[in-house]
Parts: sequence; C-alpha cells; structure tokens
Amino acid sequence: MDSALALHRFHFAFTITFHYLFVQLTLGLGLLIFILKSMALKTGNEHYNDAARFWAKIFAVNFALGVVTGIPMEFQFGTNWSRFSKAAGGVIGHTLAMEGLYSFFLESSFLGLLIFGEKILSKWGHWFAALAVWVGSWLSGYLIIATDAWMQHPLGYALGPNGEILLTDWFSLLVNEWAFWQFWHTMMGGVLTGCFIMAGIGAFYLLLHRHEEYGRTFVRLGVTVGLAAALLAAFPTGDQQGMLVARHQPVALAAMEGHFETAASPDMAIMGQPDVNKRRLDNPFVLPGALGFIVHKRWGAEVRGLDGFPQDQWPDNIALLYYSFHVMVGLGTIFIGIMGLAGLFLWLKRLYTFRPLLWALLLASPLPYVANTAGWMTAELGRQPWLIYGLMRTTEGASPHVSSGNTLFTLLGFMGLYTVLAMLGLLMIWREIDHGPAPQEKATGY
Amino acid sequence: MLPVIWFCIVAVMIAIYVVLDGFDLGAGIVHLGVARTENERRAVLKSIGPVWDGNEVWLLAAGGTLYFAFPALYASSFSGFYLPLMMVLWLLILRGASVEFRSHFDNRVWKPLWDVVFCFASALLAIFFGAALGNVVRGVPLDSSGDFFLPLWTNWQPGPNPGILDWYTVTVGLFAFLTLAQHGALWVAYKTKDEVRARARNVARFAWFGVGLMTMLVTVLSFRIQPALAASFHSMPAGYVFPALALAGLVGVFLFWRRQHDLRAFLASSLFIIGMLTSLVFGVFPNVLPSIGDPALSLTVQNAAAPEYGLRVGLLWFIPGIILAVGYNTFLYRKFAGKINLDDGGH
Ligand code: HDD
Ligand code: HEM
Ligand code: HEM
Repeated sequence: MDSALALHRFHFAFTITFHYLFVQLTLGLGLLIFILKSMALKTGNEHYNDAARFWAKIFAVNFALGVVTGIPMEFQFGTNWSRFSKAAGGVIGHTLAMEGLYSFFLESSFLGLLIFGEKILSKWGHWFAALAVWVGSWLSGYLIIATDAWMQHPLGYALGPNGEILLTDWFSLLVNEWAFWQFWHTMMGGVLTGCFIMAGIGAFYLLLHRHEEYGRTFVRLGVTVGLAAALLAAFPTGDQQGMLVARHQPVALAAMEGHFETAASPDMAIMGQPDVNKRRLDNPFVLPGALGFIVHKRWGAEVRGLDGFPQDQWPDNIALLYYSFHVMVGLGTIFIGIMGLAGLFLWLKRLYTFRPLLWALLLASPLPYVANTAGWMTAELGRQPWLIYGLMRTTEGASPHVSSGNTLFTLLGFMGLYTVLAMLGLLMIWREIDHGPAPQEKATGY
Repeated sequence: MLPVIWFCIVAVMIAIYVVLDGFDLGAGIVHLGVARTENERRAVLKSIGPVWDGNEVWLLAAGGTLYFAFPALYASSFSGFYLPLMMVLWLLILRGASVEFRSHFDNRVWKPLWDVVFCFASALLAIFFGAALGNVVRGVPLDSSGDFFLPLWTNWQPGPNPGILDWYTVTVGLFAFLTLAQHGALWVAYKTKDEVRARARNVARFAWFGVGLMTMLVTVLSFRIQPALAASFHSMPAGYVFPALALAGLVGVFLFWRRQHDLRAFLASSLFIIGMLTSLVFGVFPNVLPSIGDPALSLTVQNAAAPEYGLRVGLLWFIPGIILAVGYNTFLYRKFAGKINLDDGGH
C-alpha cells in the first residue's frame, strides 16, 4: 500500500474515531435527558429538572466538541477521497445532505432552546426541546448510518456505460436492511456510553457521600436503561449485524472470527492470536463447534474459512480486525454482567450502599468508548479491501493530487488540535462534575 | 434544466450561509474593539450564542447539497483547495471552541484567551472565504480529468501558474473581511444597548467607507481578471439586477445607519452581501469552476452535475426539508429576538 493512501486512510480513521467519541455520548445522553425531563413533568418534582440541567451542561460541552469535529468529516470526503466522491457523491450525497437539512438544523436550533431557553419556554416547551434534541441526534445517526450501510452493502444503483455508479432507487438507500440493524446496534452502543457515564458519575457521588440524592437518581436511571441497552446491543441487534456480515461479507466474517480453514461444525474462538502468515490462531481458547450455530443458527453447519476466498479479497488487516471484534464482543458480555448485577442489587435495594459494585460502575464507565471504537474498527476494517463493497476498492478512492506530505501535515495538525481540545473538554466536564448538580442553579450565561 | 435549478439552490444556500454566519464572524472580528468589559463581551457573545451553530449548519447543508448535486465539482474543488480548506476547518474548530469554552472558567487568563482566539479565527475565516471566492472567479488550472492542486502561493500573480493566494485573491479576501466586519458590527449594534451599541455603530461607519471603496476596486479587478464576467452581463442584461441589489444594499446601510434603524441597516447589509454573491455567481455561470488555460476544461453546471434521476428525487426530500429548516430558524430567531438582557437564563 503506498504511503499516500495509507495516510489518507489514517487521516480519515483518526478524525472519525475522534468525532465518534463525542457523538456516542450525545446519542446516549440525549435519550437520558429526555427521560429526566419526562420524569420531572410526570412527578412534578423539581429534583428531576435540576438533574436534567446538570446533564444538559455536560451535554453542551460534549455537543460542541461533536459539532466542531463533525465539520471536518463532512469535508474530508472531498478533500481526501475525491475519486470516491466523484464516483459515489450522486448516491451518498443524498443521505449526507438530508442529514444537514433534517437533523442538524433540528438539533442545533433546539439545543439552543434547551440550554438557553428554560426561562422563556413553558414547561412543555422545554420538555419538547429535549425531545427534539434527542430525536434530532438519532435521526442524524440514522442518516449517516444509511450512508455507511450503503458503502457496506450497496443497492439501488446501476452501472453506467463507463462503469459510473448511477442511483436508480433512492428509497432503497433509506430502507437498506443493513442500515436498519446497524442503526439500532449503534444507538444501543451510544445509549450504553450514556448510561455508563451517568451511572459512573452517580456512583462517584455516592462513594464520596456528596450530592447523594442525585447520585441515587443517576445510578438508578443509568443502570435500568443500561441493562436494557446491554441486552439489546447483543441480541437481537449485534446478532443480526453478524448475520448480515455472514450473508453479504462472508470473507470479513471469517477474518473477524479468525477462522482460517473451512470446516463443518467449526469451533468458535473466544481468545487467541491470529498468525496470518501461518494461517492459524495461536493459543486458542474455543467453544467447540459453536461457530456454525452462531453464524447459521444450526449446530454442525459449515462455515467458509479464509481459505475459501481468493487472497486479494481478504481484509488487509486481519489481526486488527480480529482483535477489534473480540474486544467489542468481550466487552459487550462484560457489560451485560455488570449491568445485570447492578440491576439485581438495585432491585434488592442494596445498590446505593454496596461499595464494591459502585466502584465497579465507576471504573467501567470509560469501557463503552472502547467497545464502540472497536466496533467501528470491525465494521470498517471488515469492509476492506473495498471502499464500496464489491464496487470500488479503497486503492481507487483517494485524491490523486494530494500528496502524502500534505496529508501528513494536516493529519498532524488535527492530532495536535484534537489533543488540546480533548484536554480542555475533559477539564471543563470535570469542573461540572466537581461542582455537581444543584437545585435551581443560578444561570450565568456567556 | 435540473442542474440549473440545483445550481441556483446551492447558490442561495451559500448566500444564506454568508449572511447568517457572516454576522457571527463579523461579531468576532469587532468584539475585542466594541466590547471592553466582561459584561459587554458577554452581551456580544450572547447575541450569537444560541444561533451560531444553526448558522454554521447552512454551510454543512450547502456542502451536502453541492456534494450530491455536483459531485464532480465537490471532488475537484475540495481536493484542489486542500490546504486552505483544512485551515478553514481548523479555524472553524477554534471559532466554535472559543464561543463555547470561554464561559466555563471565570478567570483573567481563560476568558481573554478565548476572546483573542475568537477574534483571530473569525478574521482569518473571513479573509479565507473571500480568497476562495477570488479563486472561483479567477479560475484554476484544471486537467483533463477535472482535477487540480493549488499551492498556497506561487509568485502572487494570477497568471498561468497561480497559487491560492495572489494579489487578486488577497484583495478579495480583504474585501470580505471589511464586508463581514461591517455586517457583524451592524448586528451587534442591533442586539446591544448603550456604549457597545455606540461603538459598534462607529465601527460600522468606518467599515462602510472601506467596503464602498473596495467594492469599486474589486469590481474593476474582477472584470479584468475574468473576461467571462463582462460577456455574461453583456449577453444577458437582466443580470444587472444583481449588482443593482448590491448597490441598493450599500446605499441602504448608509441611510439606515444615519437614521439609527439598526435592524434595517443590518438587513441592508445582508442585501449587499446577497447582491455581490449573486452577481459573482451570475457572472461565472454556466461555469462553476473556470479553467485557466483551455476553457473547454472548465467545470460547468452541466458537466459537473449528478445524473438526472438523482436530481429529480432530490427535489422530493429537499423541498420539505428546506421548509422545515427555515421554520426552525425563524422560530429560533423569534424566540431570541430583541436586545440582549444579561440576566435571563443560559449556562
Ligand atoms: C458499546 C458498544 C457495543 C457493544 C457492547 C457491542 N457492539 Fe457491536 N458494534 C458497535 C458497538 C457495540 C458499533 C460501534 O455500534 C458498531 C460499529 C459499526 C456498527 O454498525 O456498529 C458495531 C459493529 C458490530 C458488528 C460489525 C458489523 C460490520 O462488520 O459491519 C457486529 C457483527 C457486531 N457489532 C456484533 C456485536 C455483538 C454480537 C455484540 C455482543 C455483545 C456486540 N456487537 C456488542
Ligand atoms: C457512518 C459514517 C461513516 C462513513 C461513511 C465512513 C466511511 C469511511 C471511509 C470513506 C473510510 C476511508 C477508506 C477506508 O480506509 O476504508 C473509512 C475508514 C475508517 N473508518 Fe469509517 N466511516 C464512518 C463511520 C466511522 C466511525 C464512526 C468510525 C469510528 C469510530 C469509523 C472508523 C473507521 C476506521 C478505523 C477506518 C480506517 C480503516 C482502514 O484504514 O482500513 N468509521 N470509513
Ligand atoms: C463520515 C461520517 C460523518 C460525517 C460527515 C459527520 C458530520 C457531522 C457534522 C458536520 C456534525 C456537526 C453538526 C452541527 O453543526 O450541528 C456532526 C455532528 C453529529 N454527528 Fe456526525 N458525522 C459523521 C459520522 C457520524 C456517525 C457515524 C454518527 C452516529 C452514528 C454521527 C452522529 C452525529 C451526531 C449525533 C452529531 C451531533 C453533535 C454531536 O456530535 O454531539 N456522526 N456530524
């Protein structure tokens, strides 16, 4: 792989991964803040409004970072992937432009009202602003996922006389079955991030004996919603995603599982290190015969291994793909465990005082970030060597005249700028956490 | 026909972007000067706080629309203007961060730091946007596959081997800077009271004279650099309505400024911006990116457009979408209408 291409890829991967750190919290907190506002309306208890106001402040910092890191994404298709943009812009430009019109406007307008408008809106009006921000962010998620899903599983197009990609069915772009499952799975990933952060901060307050009333609310909400999301992330959404990969990208599936040789009733690796040169898994720890069941829902089913595909169709970084997938699924299982246990203790009314579990919630709070990032790496590395699956190779997509030096320069620029942003963002969020929620917080404004 | 419709849509969206985000940028350019105390600065920031992100979305929506309607133009120009675009992105990041971050710590280093970043990023963005327009008028060295790559500068001449920056594009950049400074000052005057308002009005007056002079200069230079402009107006005299709008806006700013009608002066400045942009777009039409050298290589409305089917269904989602977007915008601006009052909510 020539270095310009490698740099374009890393440029994109770095900036999108960074963007997604903020996005996932937006997706999760948007829902949770909406739930808090609804509880405030239903119970008439100001406590929930105060809690919502506290989270809205953290949301605002996070959202701002999501916005400023999202803008470069929109432009990078053109700057770094001009061949791809020229070929596919007529298709995926639809979903990208729709995202701007239908969700960014909605989100940005109502976020202003959510943050600044509590005094000028009625109770219901403010509740509605919370609803609009949440729906806007999920809609944004859907439209961008539909974009990605088309690249994973293109449909609704025909090839022109010179091989150009012509959109023929706009609607199928929107109702791609890949987009459907990918959407629900990623939303659950975002909700998990939101819940773990909320429960983690709640646990932090309870461990410190500060703001305990809020701490209990945060832990309760985070754990209840989080348990549901952890279950839904694995089943049916994660499972269905896996089935789609098995059906439409079988070679990616084989690489994700580290499955080198076609076999009837193959074992499923839980751990192990793939050795691509020797084409085997080192130190494997397996569930005997389970892979056929997981993939085809039938014991003893045959699963094609990497050897069943020409090597030029193999994903180009099998080891990383394998690790990413296993990290995601491993963490997903752990999340079900933690949230399940916490849910049990909550039900037994012991959670708020059971320090080991509160510690576990606190320490686990960054893990969904790892799982979400690993999940995206699985999806995007699994798509390789294709940029648009089966239609355009990644090697054909980059901008021909943007040299590796220029790309490296701007990549380093983004890395520097983003490092500073991340540190400042953490500092500001830390300040809000340290300050804590307070009844009827006095508004300070800009 | 469809490509022309989409061309007009994109042009209007870009114009809306410049009018709306233009006043945020302009407010950034002038705020160090017009707002001196902490409360004054807060008032200026509050005048754009709830709206700047929505304003910026017009850029994203215009970009997205350009992407799907004219993929070849999007691909060619974004990769060709690689370096300045990346810098624009960095500046947009700094601008957004400076507006959102400053209120989080109350100390004498943190706040002035972000005030300076805000001013610096806004000023440079205005200049970059102007220079970008200059590049579109002057043209770029397109090759036969519709690609190019421009260095930041070469010998500062708009000749056969230009850079992004040459004396012409830099002039347009300064013109944009003054225009947005005036625009932002008028917005601040409209939204604030007392001393801040008085200072902003003062800035607007100085900027107005600069804008007037630069309008003449840039017009003359543009017609010399790009002969196609004269040809367009010559062959379709109806196009003179666009420069006429700009002129009306320019005069309007002065008259309303004199009568202390802040809002109307601001609207006149918006009209000026729209008039200038549409004149430019009309002048280069049907090109969207003129080529330096072989005119046959220019990207035009027709050869850069996406296939017909996509453009047709695009209208289906675009029309309801834009109505909604305008609806949210109107709602938001009405909710936050009126002079800034420093103690009614916020974070
Ligand atoms: C907290 C986040 C999280 C958790 C716990 C899980 N996932 Fe996941 N997963 C994602 C977050 C995520 C994601 C970030 O949302 C991805 C990346 C792209 C996508 O569609 O969703 C993803 C992708 C993704 C893919 C790749 C699809 C492709 O190659 O295109 C599969 C097969 C699964 N997931 C399956 C699972 C299973 C079986 C899980 C069981 C526990 C699981 N995920 C837990
Ligand atoms: C839904 C919107 C997305 C689209 C349209 C998209 C598209 C792309 C494109 C065009 C590339 C570059 C070409 C390539 O190397 O394949 C890429 C690579 C990559 N993306 Fe995505 N992506 C999306 C979301 C994400 C997210 C949210 C993440 C991570 C959090 C992510 C992680 C990556 C990674 C790690 C690569 C590098 C793969 C490699 O270098 O082989 N993507 N994606
Ligand atoms: C290449 C792909 C992507 C592009 C081009 C992109 C573009 C953008 C842009 C321009 C913004 C700022 C909007 C504003 O100004 O209000 C934004 C924010 C956002 N994006 Fe992305 N994005 C990408 C990937 C993703 C993915 C994969 C998701 C979710 C699954 C996502 C969800 C969001 C959300 C929820 C926001 C709201 C603000 C926030 O991040 O907190 N984006 N994105």
